[in-house]
Amino acid sequence: MPDGPAPVLEAVLDVRDLKTVFKTRSGEVHAVNDVSFDVRPGELLGVVGESGSGKSVTMMSLIGLLPSPPADIRGGQVLLDGLDLLQADADTLRRVRGGRIGFIFQDPMTSLNPVFNVGYQIMEPLRTHMGMTKAQARLRAAELLELVGIPDANRRLKDYPHQFSGGMRQRVMIAIALACDPQVLIADEPTTALDVTIQAQILELVKELREKLGMAIIWITHDLGVIAGIADRVMVMYGGQVVEQAPTRELFNNPQHPYTRALLQTIPSVRGERPEKLNVIEGQPPILGAAPTACPFRARCGYRFDRCDTENPSRISAGNGHDAACFYDFDAGGPRNAG
Amino acid sequence: MLDDQKQPLVTVDNLKMHFPIFGGLLQRRTGEVKAVDGISFDIFEGETLGLVGESGCGKSTVGRSVLRLYEVTDGSVVIDGQDIAKAAPEELRHMRTQMQMIFQDPQASLNPRMKVAEIIAEPLREHIKSTPAERRTRVLELMDQVGLNRDFANRYPHEFSGGQRQRIGIARALALNPKFIVCDEPIAALDVSIQAQVVNLLEELQETLGLTYLFISHDLSMVRHIADRVAVMYLGRIVELAPRDDIYADPQHPYTKALLSAVPEPDPSVEEKVERIILTGDVPSPAKPPQGCNFCTRCPAVKDICKRDEPEFREVQPGRFVACHRFNDIT
Repeated sequence: MPDGPAPVLEAVLDVRDLKTVFKTRSGEVHAVNDVSFDVRPGELLGVVGESGSGKSVTMMSLIGLLPSPPADIRGGQVLLDGLDLLQADADTLRRVRGGRIGFIFQDPMTSLNPVFNVGYQIMEPLRTHMGMTKAQARLRAAELLELVGIPDANRRLKDYPHQFSGGMRQRVMIAIALACDPQVLIADEPTTALDVTIQAQILELVKELREKLGMAIIWITHDLGVIAGIADRVMVMYGGQVVEQAPTRELFNNPQHPYTRALLQTIPSVRGERPEKLNVIEGQPPILGAAPTACPFRARCGYRFDRCDTENPSRISAGNGHDAACFYDFDAGGPRNAG
Repeated sequence: MLDDQKQPLVTVDNLKMHFPIFGGLLQRRTGEVKAVDGISFDIFEGETLGLVGESGCGKSTVGRSVLRLYEVTDGSVVIDGQDIAKAAPEELRHMRTQMQMIFQDPQASLNPRMKVAEIIAEPLREHIKSTPAERRTRVLELMDQVGLNRDFANRYPHEFSGGQRQRIGIARALALNPKFIVCDEPIAALDVSIQAQVVNLLEELQETLGLTYLFISHDLSMVRHIADRVAVMYLGRIVELAPRDDIYADPQHPYTKALLSAVPEPDPSVEEKVERIILTGDVPSPAKPPQGCNFCTRCPAVKDICKRDEPEFREVQPGRFVACHRFNDIT
């Protein structure tokens, strides 16, 4: 469907039918299967899924961060303002990464270089991508540190990563990712390694920054609570594919995929009613040895019927910018008509 | 259920665990990290005490000290009438059958070179005189109990998923019919959909076997689910201890309030209305805790006295303990 109608004209990043396969000694692993999504300027897209659902691999694939072999991108398009990143040469990609697309990783300890001070690490993208002189870059770096809420920025530029706490390190990572005014910021579980009180600080910061800077943000997490607080739109991934996508409120109020529904029921909360027993999704997520020919969730699904075993549902629109990949129609209370 | 038979199985009194810091040319002792600094609590029989706090607050150290995996600096830990903090080695060895631990990382706490059956049978071999056939029967029984397929007894840990590996760890902990189990972040490494499976299993086992748990976790929503009472730690001390429903509905200590308010809510319409108390700054180093109240550097309600005197951990309402100067006027 590459030439399909494009209601996504203003999308800054448009991913279509992305397929990524890993070749391992024990066979292939189909980690990403026909994933399509887009994100508009100023929008925060939340991506939810369990480990192995393909959410990180999708993001790594689209900016060419996966080593090949073992990774093999089998198809699809990744359009950044019309430029297909999958066809781009290494040089172009290098300019895009850290320039037009910023990236924040999960673990701020391992993603900062321990032998350089943070000033150097924030100035590095400024000098390579923006061609700034050292003095200009230093000024901008101090500005950025201030922007992400690190007090005494000028002095702290000379400090090394180990002199910062976990939350502060993540702020430094955000400063680096923001350095070149990216159009798209991809944040891969940026608060998972942090404590809740520190996470609350970072989430406040991100809400503030997106109002100020207006870039598109893709926020990957397994925590639906975090998503509920910051995302405009949510994409749920399972077994290497997108199973549901909707505006945040719509997704939480009216989930259309059995996996999303089950997931929303299993997570406990610190507020409101306390259920006597936790709901459980029985079974394990699938191991993706081959391209899926049936619904990846069928083994754990309470609504399964014959069609689920023979056909992999594509995403069916449920209106309101909402779609789900499921043959079961929750509104009608029965299987959809084959079509 | 707790009120008619308030029998503490575990009584911890003024437990301290300080780790020395060595430094300088001669590697002399230059200070100490006060990981756990004078905490007291009881755990009643058949109860789950949740111990929550952020990383570095000392909650795991408490778990390990309570089982005497560390030689404690000071204080006593009485389990089932015996003070294990002072027990002689041979005595301690006998007591170990009564208390077990489930670890956070099922990957790291299972020997990759042992088969599942061997892992589960190891405590039996170590502590009980038994024939291989007897052990085999018991291992299969345990595997049934924790929901592992018997046919997998001869497989190695790497052939299992995270949730199943945690079940192996639970089976091993149950092997000797313990009374008391310390669960140290048993679900932190698992996916959300698997976490609920393991929590439900732990609850079922508690019911059928009458187990007592110390459940250590940073996940406040899971603790709310599994614990009967909850203790909140900050920088080596317990700041608040109360029955679960009380602490979640009406937290008293400023830190507990901030901690609970920081937890994101998986429902946008509720999330919108949550009033957050955003703490500024970071947790001080336990090697150099501040003078007075440990929380005084970040507390939104700090007063002069907080920077001078350490608040007493006192019972402010029946069953509710808080360590905060704000409660001095009340009692």
